[in-house]
Amino acid sequence: MLYDWIIAPFAEFAFMRRALAGTLALALGAAPIGVFLMLRRMSLIGDAMAHAILPGAAAGYLVAGFSLGAMTIGGLIAGFAVAVLAGIVARTTALKEDAALAAFYILSLAGGVTLVSARGSNADVLRVLFGSVLALDDPTLLLLLAVTTLTLMLLAILFRGLVIECVDPGFLKSVSGTGGALHLTFLGIVVLNLVAAFHALGTLLAVGILILPAASARLWTANLTVMIGLAMLTAALSGVVGLILSYHFELASGPAIILVAGAVYLLSLVFGRMGGLARHLWPRPHLRA
Amino acid sequence: MPGSITLDNLTLGYDRHPAVHHLTGTIDSGALLAVVGPNGGGKSTLLKAIAGLITPMEGRITVGASRRSVGYLPQVAEIDRSFPISVYEFVAMGAYAVTGLFGGLTPRTKVRIEHAIAAVGLSGLERRTIAALSGGQMQRMLFARLLMQDASIVLIDEPFNAIDEATTADLLALVRRWHAEGRTIVAVLHDLAMVRTAFPHTLLLARECIGWGTTQTVLTESALATARARMTPSGTPDVVREEAA
Repeated sequence: MLYDWIIAPFAEFAFMRRALAGTLALALGAAPIGVFLMLRRMSLIGDAMAHAILPGAAAGYLVAGFSLGAMTIGGLIAGFAVAVLAGIVARTTALKEDAALAAFYILSLAGGVTLVSARGSNADVLRVLFGSVLALDDPTLLLLLAVTTLTLMLLAILFRGLVIECVDPGFLKSVSGTGGALHLTFLGIVVLNLVAAFHALGTLLAVGILILPAASARLWTANLTVMIGLAMLTAALSGVVGLILSYHFELASGPAIILVAGAVYLLSLVFGRMGGLARHLWPRPHLRA
Repeated sequence: MPGSITLDNLTLGYDRHPAVHHLTGTIDSGALLAVVGPNGGGKSTLLKAIAGLITPMEGRITVGASRRSVGYLPQVAEIDRSFPISVYEFVAMGAYAVTGLFGGLTPRTKVRIEHAIAAVGLSGLERRTIAALSGGQMQRMLFARLLMQDASIVLIDEPFNAIDEATTADLLALVRRWHAEGRTIVAVLHDLAMVRTAFPHTLLLARECIGWGTTQTVLTESALATARARMTPSGTPDVVREEAA
Protein backbone atom coordinates (compact mmCIF):
# COMPACT_ATOMS: atom_id res chain seq x y z
CA MET A 1 0.00 0.00 0.00
CA LEU A 2 2.66 2.46 1.14
CA TYR A 3 4.88 1.19 -1.66
CA ASP A 4 2.15 1.68 -4.24
CA TRP A 5 1.52 5.18 -3.03
CA ILE A 6 4.98 6.56 -2.49
CA ILE A 7 7.60 4.42 -4.20
CA ALA A 8 5.86 2.90 -7.21
CA PRO A 9 5.31 6.08 -9.23
CA PHE A 10 9.02 6.82 -9.11
CA ALA A 11 10.15 3.20 -9.46
CA GLU A 12 7.98 2.56 -12.50
CA PHE A 13 8.30 5.75 -14.51
CA ALA A 14 11.51 7.44 -15.60
CA PHE A 15 9.73 10.79 -16.16
CA MET A 16 8.66 10.75 -12.49
CA ARG A 17 12.25 10.09 -11.38
CA ARG A 18 13.45 12.98 -13.53
CA ALA A 19 10.75 15.23 -12.14
CA LEU A 20 11.77 14.20 -8.62
CA ALA A 21 15.46 14.89 -9.25
CA GLY A 22 14.65 18.26 -10.85
CA THR A 23 12.31 19.30 -8.06
CA LEU A 24 14.75 18.33 -5.32
CA ALA A 25 17.58 20.21 -7.03
CA LEU A 26 15.38 23.25 -7.41
CA ALA A 27 14.25 23.05 -3.78
CA LEU A 28 17.82 23.00 -2.42
CA GLY A 29 18.93 26.07 -4.37
CA ALA A 30 15.77 28.14 -4.57
CA ALA A 31 14.64 27.84 -0.94
CA PRO A 32 17.66 29.59 0.64
CA ILE A 33 17.50 32.29 -2.04
CA GLY A 34 13.83 32.68 -1.19
CA VAL A 35 14.73 33.18 2.49
CA PHE A 36 17.04 36.06 1.59
CA LEU A 37 14.50 37.54 -0.85
CA MET A 38 11.88 37.49 1.90
CA LEU A 39 14.18 38.90 4.59
CA ARG A 40 15.27 41.68 2.25
CA ARG A 41 11.56 42.45 1.62
CA MET A 42 12.09 41.62 -2.02
CA SER A 43 9.41 38.92 -2.38
CA LEU A 44 7.47 41.05 -4.85
CA ILE A 45 10.60 41.97 -6.76
CA GLY A 46 11.21 38.23 -7.10
CA ASP A 47 7.71 37.80 -8.48
CA ALA A 48 8.20 40.62 -10.97
CA MET A 49 11.53 39.17 -12.07
CA ALA A 50 9.93 35.76 -12.55
CA HIS A 51 7.36 37.31 -14.88
CA ALA A 52 10.03 39.34 -16.63
CA ILE A 53 11.77 36.13 -17.66
CA LEU A 54 8.86 35.28 -19.97
CA PRO A 55 9.40 37.72 -22.85
CA GLY A 56 13.11 36.88 -22.86
CA ALA A 57 12.42 33.15 -22.94
CA ALA A 58 9.69 33.78 -25.53
CA ALA A 59 12.14 35.66 -27.75
CA GLY A 60 14.46 32.64 -27.46
CA TYR A 61 11.51 30.42 -28.34
CA LEU A 62 10.71 32.53 -31.42
CA VAL A 63 14.28 32.21 -32.59
CA ALA A 64 14.88 28.55 -31.84
CA GLY A 65 11.62 26.88 -30.70
CA PHE A 66 11.71 25.02 -27.36
CA SER A 67 15.47 25.29 -27.15
CA LEU A 68 16.88 25.15 -23.65
CA GLY A 69 19.86 27.36 -24.45
CA ALA A 70 18.00 30.09 -26.31
CA MET A 71 15.16 30.29 -23.77
CA THR A 72 17.54 30.24 -20.81
CA ILE A 73 19.75 33.01 -22.17
CA GLY A 74 16.74 35.10 -23.18
CA GLY A 75 15.20 34.63 -19.75
CA LEU A 76 18.41 35.51 -17.91
CA ILE A 77 18.84 38.73 -19.88
CA ALA A 78 15.22 39.82 -19.48
CA GLY A 79 15.02 38.97 -15.77
CA PHE A 80 18.20 40.82 -14.95
CA ALA A 81 17.23 43.78 -17.14
CA VAL A 82 13.92 44.26 -15.33
CA ALA A 83 15.55 44.10 -11.90
CA VAL A 84 18.08 46.75 -12.89
CA LEU A 85 15.55 48.88 -14.80
CA ALA A 86 13.12 48.94 -11.88
CA GLY A 87 15.95 50.17 -9.66
CA ILE A 88 16.84 52.92 -12.15
CA VAL A 89 13.20 54.00 -12.59
CA ALA A 90 12.76 54.18 -8.81
CA ARG A 91 15.87 56.31 -8.43
CA THR A 92 15.37 58.67 -11.36
CA THR A 93 11.61 59.16 -11.72
CA ALA A 94 8.73 60.01 -9.41
CA LEU A 95 7.63 56.35 -9.34
CA LYS A 96 8.48 54.14 -6.39
CA GLU A 97 10.08 50.76 -7.05
CA ASP A 98 6.89 48.76 -6.44
CA ALA A 99 4.94 50.75 -9.05
CA ALA A 100 7.80 50.42 -11.54
CA LEU A 101 7.93 46.66 -10.94
CA ALA A 102 4.17 46.20 -11.28
CA ALA A 103 4.28 48.05 -14.60
CA PHE A 104 7.24 46.04 -15.89
CA TYR A 105 5.89 42.69 -14.92
CA ILE A 106 2.47 43.10 -16.41
CA LEU A 107 4.11 44.34 -19.62
CA SER A 108 6.46 41.37 -19.60
CA LEU A 109 3.61 38.93 -19.16
CA ALA A 110 1.53 40.45 -21.95
CA GLY A 111 4.54 40.69 -24.25
CA GLY A 112 5.71 37.16 -23.52
CA VAL A 113 2.31 35.53 -24.02
CA THR A 114 1.83 37.48 -27.28
CA LEU A 115 5.22 36.33 -28.56
CA VAL A 116 4.66 32.68 -27.69
CA SER A 117 1.09 32.54 -29.01
CA ALA A 118 2.16 34.26 -32.23
CA ARG A 119 4.13 31.21 -33.19
CA GLY A 120 3.08 28.39 -30.90
CA SER A 121 -0.09 26.60 -29.81
CA ASN A 122 -2.15 27.00 -26.65
CA ALA A 123 -0.23 24.07 -25.23
CA ASP A 124 3.00 26.03 -25.70
CA VAL A 125 1.52 29.02 -23.89
CA LEU A 126 0.42 26.78 -21.01
CA ARG A 127 3.89 25.28 -20.91
CA VAL A 128 5.65 28.63 -20.48
CA LEU A 129 3.06 29.82 -17.95
CA PHE A 130 2.96 26.72 -15.77
CA GLY A 131 6.09 24.78 -16.68
CA SER A 132 6.61 21.16 -17.57
CA VAL A 133 8.10 19.43 -14.58
CA LEU A 134 7.10 16.02 -15.98
CA ALA A 135 8.94 16.65 -19.23
CA LEU A 136 12.43 17.52 -17.97
CA ASP A 137 15.00 16.24 -20.46
CA ASP A 138 18.66 15.58 -19.66
CA PRO A 139 20.00 19.05 -20.56
CA THR A 140 17.27 20.77 -18.50
CA LEU A 141 17.95 18.50 -15.55
CA LEU A 142 21.65 19.27 -15.80
CA LEU A 143 20.86 22.99 -15.94
CA LEU A 144 18.79 22.74 -12.73
CA LEU A 145 21.59 20.83 -10.99
CA ALA A 146 24.23 23.30 -12.20
CA VAL A 147 22.19 26.28 -11.01
CA THR A 148 21.71 24.72 -7.59
CA THR A 149 25.39 23.83 -7.25
CA LEU A 150 26.45 27.34 -8.23
CA THR A 151 23.82 28.88 -5.92
CA LEU A 152 24.95 26.90 -2.89
CA MET A 153 28.60 27.67 -3.57
CA LEU A 154 27.98 31.40 -4.00
CA LEU A 155 25.75 31.46 -0.91
CA ALA A 156 28.50 29.87 1.14
CA ILE A 157 30.98 32.51 -0.04
CA LEU A 158 28.68 35.54 0.18
CA PHE A 159 26.64 34.52 3.23
CA ARG A 160 28.12 37.03 5.68
CA GLY A 161 27.97 39.89 3.23
CA LEU A 162 24.35 39.13 2.39
CA VAL A 163 23.39 38.98 6.05
CA ILE A 164 25.12 42.28 6.82
CA GLU A 165 23.61 43.94 3.77
CA CYS A 166 20.16 42.93 5.00
CA VAL A 167 20.58 44.00 8.63
CA ASP A 168 22.66 47.13 8.26
CA PRO A 169 23.51 48.11 4.68
CA GLY A 170 25.14 51.34 5.87
CA PHE A 171 27.63 49.35 7.94
CA LEU A 172 28.61 47.19 4.98
CA LYS A 173 29.11 50.29 2.86
CA SER A 174 31.16 51.99 5.55
CA VAL A 175 33.60 49.10 5.96
CA SER A 176 33.84 47.83 2.40
CA GLY A 177 32.93 49.05 -1.04
CA THR A 178 31.38 45.71 -1.99
CA GLY A 179 27.73 46.54 -1.25
CA GLY A 180 26.75 47.30 -4.84
CA ALA A 181 28.60 44.33 -6.35
CA LEU A 182 27.11 42.06 -3.70
CA HIS A 183 23.59 43.23 -4.47
CA LEU A 184 24.08 42.67 -8.21
CA THR A 185 25.53 39.20 -7.58
CA PHE A 186 22.54 38.38 -5.41
CA LEU A 187 20.14 39.56 -8.12
CA GLY A 188 22.10 37.39 -10.56
CA ILE A 189 21.62 34.31 -8.35
CA VAL A 190 17.92 35.13 -8.01
CA VAL A 191 17.49 35.35 -11.80
CA LEU A 192 19.40 32.06 -12.28
CA ASN A 193 17.11 30.29 -9.84
CA LEU A 194 14.02 31.85 -11.35
CA VAL A 195 15.07 30.68 -14.80
CA ALA A 196 15.65 27.19 -13.41
CA ALA A 197 12.26 27.31 -11.70
CA PHE A 198 10.75 28.68 -14.93
CA HIS A 199 11.73 25.52 -16.81
CA ALA A 200 10.09 23.32 -14.20
CA LEU A 201 7.18 25.41 -12.95
CA GLY A 202 6.59 28.11 -15.55
CA THR A 203 6.66 31.86 -15.28
CA LEU A 204 3.55 32.18 -13.10
CA LEU A 205 4.54 29.62 -10.47
CA ALA A 206 8.33 29.89 -10.44
CA VAL A 207 8.54 32.30 -7.54
CA GLY A 208 6.31 30.02 -5.44
CA ILE A 209 9.10 27.52 -4.77
CA LEU A 210 11.29 30.42 -3.57
CA ILE A 211 8.87 32.34 -1.40
CA LEU A 212 6.33 29.89 0.05
CA PRO A 213 8.86 27.62 1.84
CA ALA A 214 10.77 30.69 3.05
CA ALA A 215 7.66 32.36 4.44
CA SER A 216 6.60 29.09 6.12
CA ALA A 217 10.01 28.64 7.74
CA ARG A 218 9.96 32.24 9.01
CA LEU A 219 6.84 31.39 11.01
CA TRP A 220 8.61 28.60 12.90
CA THR A 221 12.03 29.95 13.81
CA ALA A 222 13.99 33.11 14.48
CA ASN A 223 17.31 31.45 13.68
CA LEU A 224 18.56 32.10 10.17
CA THR A 225 20.40 28.80 9.72
CA VAL A 226 17.44 26.79 10.96
CA MET A 227 15.17 28.90 8.76
CA ILE A 228 17.17 28.08 5.64
CA GLY A 229 17.21 24.38 6.55
CA LEU A 230 13.47 24.36 7.18
CA ALA A 231 12.79 26.18 3.91
CA MET A 232 14.87 23.61 1.98
CA LEU A 233 13.05 20.76 3.72
CA THR A 234 9.63 22.30 3.03
CA ALA A 235 10.47 22.94 -0.62
CA ALA A 236 11.79 19.40 -1.09
CA LEU A 237 8.79 17.82 0.68
CA SER A 238 6.39 19.95 -1.34
CA GLY A 239 8.09 18.66 -4.47
CA VAL A 240 7.83 15.01 -3.47
CA VAL A 241 4.28 15.21 -2.11
CA GLY A 242 3.12 17.39 -5.00
CA LEU A 243 4.46 14.91 -7.55
CA ILE A 244 2.86 11.95 -5.76
CA LEU A 245 -0.51 13.71 -5.55
CA SER A 246 -0.35 14.78 -9.18
CA TYR A 247 0.40 11.19 -10.18
CA HIS A 248 -2.42 9.57 -8.22
CA PHE A 249 -5.10 12.21 -8.81
CA GLU A 250 -4.02 13.25 -12.30
CA LEU A 251 -3.41 16.84 -11.23
CA ALA A 252 -1.21 19.30 -13.11
CA SER A 253 2.14 18.62 -11.46
CA GLY A 254 3.60 22.16 -11.22
CA PRO A 255 0.49 23.61 -9.57
CA ALA A 256 0.25 20.51 -7.32
CA ILE A 257 3.78 21.17 -5.99
CA ILE A 258 3.01 24.83 -5.34
CA LEU A 259 -0.33 23.94 -3.74
CA VAL A 260 1.41 21.61 -1.28
CA ALA A 261 3.91 24.38 -0.46
CA GLY A 262 0.92 26.70 -0.09
CA ALA A 263 -0.82 24.26 2.30
CA VAL A 264 2.33 24.16 4.46
CA TYR A 265 2.36 27.94 4.41
CA LEU A 266 -1.29 28.19 5.50
CA LEU A 267 -0.70 25.67 8.31
CA SER A 268 2.34 27.66 9.42
CA LEU A 269 0.33 30.87 9.34
CA VAL A 270 -2.12 29.34 11.80
CA PHE A 271 0.15 27.22 13.99
CA GLY A 272 3.62 28.78 13.51
CA ARG A 273 5.56 29.32 16.73
CA MET A 274 6.88 32.70 15.62
CA GLY A 275 3.93 34.98 15.11
CA GLY A 276 1.38 32.40 13.91
CA LEU A 277 -2.32 33.17 14.26
CA ALA A 278 -2.93 30.61 17.02
CA ARG A 279 -0.20 32.16 19.18
CA HIS A 280 -1.79 35.53 18.57
CA LEU A 281 -5.32 34.46 19.49
CA TRP A 282 -4.42 32.07 22.32
CA PRO A 283 -1.18 33.32 23.87
CA ARG A 284 0.71 31.09 26.24
CA PRO A 285 -0.48 31.44 29.86
CA HIS A 286 2.59 33.30 31.14
CA LEU A 287 2.00 35.98 28.56
CA ARG A 288 -1.44 36.59 29.97
CA ALA A 289 -0.33 36.86 33.58
CA MET B 1 47.77 62.84 10.99
CA PRO B 2 46.25 59.34 11.19
CA GLY B 3 42.96 60.26 12.87
CA SER B 4 42.34 63.70 11.40
CA ILE B 5 39.47 64.64 9.08
CA THR B 6 39.69 67.60 6.71
CA LEU B 7 36.59 69.10 5.09
CA ASP B 8 37.25 71.32 2.11
CA ASN B 9 34.38 73.46 0.78
CA LEU B 10 32.09 70.51 1.33
CA THR B 11 28.54 70.49 -0.07
CA LEU B 12 26.41 67.43 0.64
CA GLY B 13 22.89 66.42 -0.25
CA TYR B 14 20.46 63.90 -1.66
CA ASP B 15 18.75 63.92 -5.05
CA ARG B 16 20.43 67.16 -6.06
CA HIS B 17 19.05 68.95 -2.97
CA PRO B 18 21.95 70.23 -0.87
CA ALA B 19 21.65 69.60 2.88
CA VAL B 20 25.01 71.05 3.92
CA HIS B 21 26.65 73.98 2.16
CA HIS B 22 30.32 74.88 1.76
CA LEU B 23 31.71 73.43 4.97
CA THR B 24 35.43 73.88 5.50
CA GLY B 25 37.52 72.91 8.51
CA THR B 26 39.69 70.30 10.18
CA ILE B 27 38.83 67.81 12.90
CA ASP B 28 42.13 67.13 14.65
CA SER B 29 43.35 63.65 15.42
CA GLY B 30 42.13 62.70 18.91
CA ALA B 31 39.38 65.34 18.94
CA LEU B 32 36.12 64.85 20.82
CA LEU B 33 33.68 66.84 18.69
CA ALA B 34 29.92 67.21 19.11
CA VAL B 35 27.83 68.07 16.06
CA VAL B 36 24.63 69.86 17.08
CA GLY B 37 21.90 71.86 15.39
CA PRO B 38 18.25 71.78 14.38
CA ASN B 39 16.73 68.73 12.68
CA GLY B 40 17.29 68.82 8.95
CA GLY B 41 20.45 70.84 9.50
CA GLY B 42 22.63 68.17 7.90
CA LYS B 43 24.28 66.61 10.97
CA SER B 44 23.63 62.98 10.05
CA THR B 45 24.39 63.73 6.40
CA LEU B 46 27.81 65.04 7.39
CA LEU B 47 28.52 61.90 9.42
CA LYS B 48 27.42 59.65 6.56
CA ALA B 49 29.70 61.51 4.19
CA ILE B 50 32.72 61.12 6.48
CA ALA B 51 31.87 57.41 6.79
CA GLY B 52 31.89 57.17 3.00
CA LEU B 53 28.18 56.37 2.66
CA ILE B 54 27.42 59.34 0.42
CA THR B 55 29.61 61.16 -2.08
CA PRO B 56 30.00 64.94 -1.79
CA MET B 57 28.18 67.04 -4.39
CA GLU B 58 31.05 69.49 -4.22
CA GLY B 59 34.33 69.80 -2.33
CA ARG B 60 36.17 66.94 -0.66
CA ILE B 61 36.73 65.06 2.57
CA THR B 62 40.19 63.85 3.45
CA VAL B 63 40.26 61.18 6.13
CA GLY B 64 43.67 60.41 7.63
CA ALA B 65 42.85 56.79 8.33
CA SER B 66 42.00 53.93 5.98
CA ARG B 67 38.35 53.04 5.49
CA ARG B 68 38.66 50.07 7.83
CA SER B 69 39.76 52.24 10.71
CA VAL B 70 36.65 54.42 10.51
CA GLY B 71 33.89 53.13 12.78
CA TYR B 72 30.36 54.35 12.10
CA LEU B 73 27.45 53.93 14.49
CA PRO B 74 24.21 54.56 12.56
CA GLN B 75 20.88 55.69 13.97
CA VAL B 76 18.96 52.69 15.27
CA ALA B 77 16.21 53.35 12.71
CA GLU B 78 18.57 52.37 9.90
CA ILE B 79 18.89 48.80 11.15
CA ASP B 80 16.43 46.11 10.12
CA ARG B 81 15.51 44.84 13.56
CA SER B 82 13.23 42.12 12.23
CA PHE B 83 16.18 40.27 10.69
CA PRO B 84 16.82 36.98 12.51
CA ILE B 85 20.30 37.59 13.87
CA SER B 86 21.59 37.21 17.42
CA VAL B 87 23.39 39.80 19.54
CA TYR B 88 26.59 37.74 19.27
CA GLU B 89 26.41 37.58 15.46
CA PHE B 90 25.67 41.29 15.25
CA VAL B 91 28.65 42.24 17.40
CA ALA B 92 30.81 39.84 15.37
CA MET B 93 30.16 42.06 12.33
CA GLY B 94 32.60 44.50 13.90
CA ALA B 95 35.33 41.87 13.51
CA TYR B 96 34.52 41.43 9.80
CA ALA B 97 35.20 45.13 9.39
CA VAL B 98 38.78 44.29 10.32
CA THR B 99 39.25 40.75 8.93
CA GLY B 100 37.15 41.21 5.77
CA LEU B 101 33.95 39.37 4.91
CA PHE B 102 35.63 36.03 4.35
CA GLY B 103 38.03 35.82 7.30
CA GLY B 104 37.25 33.26 9.96
CA LEU B 105 36.62 34.03 13.62
CA THR B 106 39.75 32.98 15.46
CA PRO B 107 39.51 31.89 19.12
CA ARG B 108 41.14 35.21 20.00
CA THR B 109 38.47 37.14 18.10
CA LYS B 110 35.76 35.13 19.84
CA VAL B 111 37.18 36.15 23.19
CA ARG B 112 37.19 39.77 22.01
CA ILE B 113 33.53 39.50 21.02
CA GLU B 114 32.66 38.20 24.47
CA HIS B 115 34.64 41.00 26.09
CA ALA B 116 32.93 43.62 23.93
CA ILE B 117 29.51 42.26 24.86
CA ALA B 118 30.50 42.25 28.53
CA ALA B 119 31.92 45.78 28.29
CA VAL B 120 28.52 47.16 27.28
CA GLY B 121 26.69 45.11 29.93
CA LEU B 122 24.94 42.66 27.64
CA SER B 123 26.47 39.43 29.00
CA GLY B 124 23.88 36.68 29.07
CA LEU B 125 21.99 38.10 26.08
CA GLU B 126 24.42 36.78 23.43
CA ARG B 127 21.89 34.36 21.94
CA ARG B 128 18.95 36.76 21.99
CA THR B 129 17.69 37.94 18.59
CA ILE B 130 17.96 41.67 18.01
CA ALA B 131 14.18 41.99 17.57
CA ALA B 132 13.82 41.16 21.28
CA LEU B 133 16.11 43.95 22.52
CA SER B 134 14.96 47.17 24.17
CA GLY B 135 16.07 50.52 22.75
CA GLY B 136 18.83 50.83 25.32
CA GLN B 137 20.07 47.27 24.77
CA MET B 138 20.10 47.89 21.03
CA GLN B 139 22.29 50.95 21.52
CA ARG B 140 24.62 49.01 23.83
CA MET B 141 24.94 46.34 21.14
CA LEU B 142 25.87 48.96 18.52
CA PHE B 143 28.58 50.22 20.85
CA ALA B 144 29.87 46.66 21.29
CA ARG B 145 30.19 46.32 17.53
CA LEU B 146 32.07 49.62 17.45
CA LEU B 147 34.40 48.27 20.18
CA MET B 148 35.18 45.30 17.91
CA GLN B 149 36.11 47.61 15.05
CA ASP B 150 38.88 49.17 17.14
CA ALA B 151 38.57 52.26 14.92
CA SER B 152 40.87 55.26 15.09
CA ILE B 153 38.01 57.49 13.93
CA VAL B 154 34.65 56.92 15.61
CA LEU B 155 31.47 58.46 14.17
CA ILE B 156 28.31 58.15 16.27
CA ASP B 157 24.87 59.32 15.16
CA GLU B 158 22.43 60.26 17.94
CA PRO B 159 23.51 57.45 20.26
CA PHE B 160 21.61 58.66 23.31
CA ASN B 161 18.16 59.24 21.84
CA ALA B 162 15.32 57.66 23.82
CA ILE B 163 17.49 55.64 26.19
CA ASP B 164 17.51 55.73 29.99
CA GLU B 165 20.04 57.55 32.19
CA ALA B 166 21.94 54.44 33.27
CA THR B 167 22.55 53.38 29.68
CA THR B 168 23.49 56.92 28.69
CA ALA B 169 26.01 57.10 31.53
CA ASP B 170 27.53 53.70 30.63
CA LEU B 171 27.87 54.56 26.96
CA LEU B 172 29.18 58.05 27.63
CA ALA B 173 31.87 56.45 29.79
CA LEU B 174 32.86 54.35 26.77
CA VAL B 175 33.07 57.46 24.60
CA ARG B 176 35.31 59.08 27.23
CA ARG B 177 37.50 55.98 27.31
CA TRP B 178 37.90 56.06 23.53
CA HIS B 179 38.81 59.74 23.75
CA ALA B 180 41.42 58.97 26.42
CA GLU B 181 42.85 56.30 24.11
CA GLY B 182 43.51 59.01 21.52
CA ARG B 183 40.77 58.14 19.05
CA THR B 184 39.02 60.86 17.07
CA ILE B 185 35.32 61.02 17.99
CA VAL B 186 32.57 62.86 16.15
CA ALA B 187 29.11 62.55 17.70
CA VAL B 188 25.76 63.93 16.54
CA LEU B 189 23.89 64.94 19.69
CA HIS B 190 20.73 66.73 20.79
CA ASP B 191 21.30 67.11 24.52
CA LEU B 192 23.11 70.45 24.80
CA ALA B 193 23.66 70.02 28.54
CA MET B 194 25.57 66.83 27.85
CA VAL B 195 27.57 68.52 25.10
CA ARG B 196 28.55 71.32 27.48
CA THR B 197 29.78 68.93 30.16
CA ALA B 198 31.36 66.15 28.08
CA PHE B 199 32.45 67.53 24.71
CA PRO B 200 35.31 70.05 24.53
CA HIS B 201 34.60 70.99 20.88
CA THR B 202 31.35 71.61 19.01
CA LEU B 203 30.23 72.15 15.44
CA LEU B 204 26.89 73.97 15.21
CA LEU B 205 25.32 73.09 11.88
CA ALA B 206 22.18 74.49 10.27
CA ARG B 207 22.68 73.60 6.60
CA GLU B 208 25.89 75.62 6.92
CA CYS B 209 28.45 76.12 9.64
CA ILE B 210 27.09 78.50 12.30
CA GLY B 211 29.97 77.97 14.69
CA TRP B 212 32.90 75.60 15.08
CA GLY B 213 35.34 75.69 17.98
CA THR B 214 35.42 75.16 21.73
CA THR B 215 31.98 74.27 23.03
CA GLN B 216 31.93 77.30 25.32
CA THR B 217 32.42 79.74 22.45
CA VAL B 218 30.10 77.98 20.00
CA LEU B 219 27.03 77.25 22.12
CA THR B 220 26.00 80.83 22.82
CA GLU B 221 22.40 82.00 22.89
CA SER B 222 22.92 84.17 19.82
CA ALA B 223 24.53 81.36 17.79
CA LEU B 224 21.68 78.99 18.69
CA ALA B 225 19.17 81.65 17.69
CA THR B 226 20.98 82.09 14.36
CA ALA B 227 20.87 78.32 13.79
CA ARG B 228 17.12 78.28 14.46
CA ALA B 229 16.56 81.24 12.17
CA ARG B 230 18.48 79.58 9.33
CA MET B 231 16.08 76.67 9.36
CA THR B 232 12.80 78.62 9.45
CA PRO B 233 12.58 80.37 6.05
CA SER B 234 12.19 77.08 4.22
CA GLY B 235 9.23 76.15 6.39
CA THR B 236 10.75 73.89 9.04
CA PRO B 237 7.97 73.29 11.60
CA ASP B 238 8.02 74.98 15.00
CA VAL B 239 8.48 71.73 16.88
CA VAL B 240 11.80 71.26 15.20
CA ARG B 241 12.96 74.70 16.19
CA GLU B 242 12.52 73.77 19.84
CA GLU B 243 15.16 71.05 19.51
CA ALA B 244 18.18 73.31 19.49
CA ALA B 245 16.96 75.31 22.47
